[in-house]
Amino acid sequence: MKTIINTDQLNIVLQRLALEYLENIDQPQDSAIIGIQPRGGKFSDQIVQYIHQLKPDFDIHYGKLDITFYRDDVHNYGSIPMPSQTEINFNVQDKNVLLIDDVLHTGRTVRAAMDALLSFGRPKKVELMVLIDRRFNREVPVQPDYVGLAVDTLFSQRVNVIWKNKNSESIVQLIDSH
Amino acid sequence: MSLSVKHLLGIKELSKEDIELIFSTADNFKQVLQLPVKKVPSLRDTTIANIFFENSTRTRISFELAEKRLSADVINFSSSGSSVSKGESFIDTVNNILAMKVDMLVIRHRASGAPWFLKNYIDAAIINAGDGINEHPTQALLDAYSMREKFGELKGKRVAIIGDIMHSRVALSNIYCLTKLGAEVEVCGPPTLIPKYIESLGVRVSYDVKRTLQWCEIANVLRIQLERQNKPLFSTLREYSLYYGINKSLLNALQKEVLIMHPGPINRGVELASDAADSKQSIILEQVENGVAVRMAVLYLLSGRA
Repeated sequence: MKTIINTDQLNIVLQRLALEYLENIDQPQDSAIIGIQPRGGKFSDQIVQYIHQLKPDFDIHYGKLDITFYRDDVHNYGSIPMPSQTEINFNVQDKNVLLIDDVLHTGRTVRAAMDALLSFGRPKKVELMVLIDRRFNREVPVQPDYVGLAVDTLFSQRVNVIWKNKNSESIVQLIDSH
Repeated sequence: MSLSVKHLLGIKELSKEDIELIFSTADNFKQVLQLPVKKVPSLRDTTIANIFFENSTRTRISFELAEKRLSADVINFSSSGSSVSKGESFIDTVNNILAMKVDMLVIRHRASGAPWFLKNYIDAAIINAGDGINEHPTQALLDAYSMREKFGELKGKRVAIIGDIMHSRVALSNIYCLTKLGAEVEVCGPPTLIPKYIESLGVRVSYDVKRTLQWCEIANVLRIQLERQNKPLFSTLREYSLYYGINKSLLNALQKEVLIMHPGPINRGVELASDAADSKQSIILEQVENGVAVRMAVLYLLSGRA
């Protein structure tokens, strides 16, 4: 097991990502940030917190999207996947949407997220922000617009993003699973 | 997490955890039903046959909508206008349908126990949409889901089931479901329509509808199942409605609000007067709306392959 981003580095990465995103916004009321549940939701909470600190007057719509029903592998395993919460209390029609997920791997989750998003309306534009981009494991043509760290990994490895809790500080680990 | 059962034949076989899993999944589907695009692709690889040997409006449409919203392929079979009139047997009918690669069956039949009988002969997942006077599990689930929506947890809540308890599969499934969730249940109706020994299911019995309404917080009102009674069990429908019918003035006299529910179809003026059925206290149409979400949850959770 290896730590690929430690706590201090993570704070810097989060700030940089928030700033990169803010650099590209002209109309905050036309923008929306949507975290892909469950893990993307925790990451997006952090980003939105930094955005509020950096630009408290920006009123950007914020929500979380569960994509379980849009997955392409619902019946591939023995048990049916369980959904988590979707909270989108605004209209996505004609908005510039930023989808946020913690780890981009095969790209199938983001593909499902785009399908799910379209059920809510037709956004003007959709962009993707990820904390970790596992560069060479893509199975569908998906690319991120904002990246925390790009890593080269084996399929057998796992990236574990841990957010600060009573047992640990925030860090990102690369784990060999067998 | 998944359900502890492979089929949904009756509430009797479900655990409390199963019921809660169905409710939380239904919450998700209820959200989907508010969207502009009310469809999810989860069951697009699944073919479902609705096999109804008995009449239905609500249940059939509700299942069909639930299946289509899950993107499943749907076949509707009703026995009138089919080869059943030519003498084809129940098992033959079902096996012929299954031979066309149907994955799940939703069955309604007038013989109590029909789905249990069927399960021994076929592999596909079976959902009971009502068997005789035995169970109607999805109705009970949507009823309890609707109560939970209004009241939160059902533990300790006082629920009355009023009407033809003897012949009602909705009553029995409701009794199983509500008692598993910890509600207090009282059944009320004329003595001829209440089965002996029903207290053994953990319910109280009353023959006085005013007293029952005073006690309960929720009243689930049932239709007189005339088509299932083969001997006269009360004198006239008019006398039934005089002693057991629920109307607005009866409800107003209680000086508290009781939630009114009915699985449908309503015999207006018999068990429920129009002024009660259409009042603010009635959640009858919400029950119908919740029915689609609950059935989507059941279909989704049972759709797994071994």
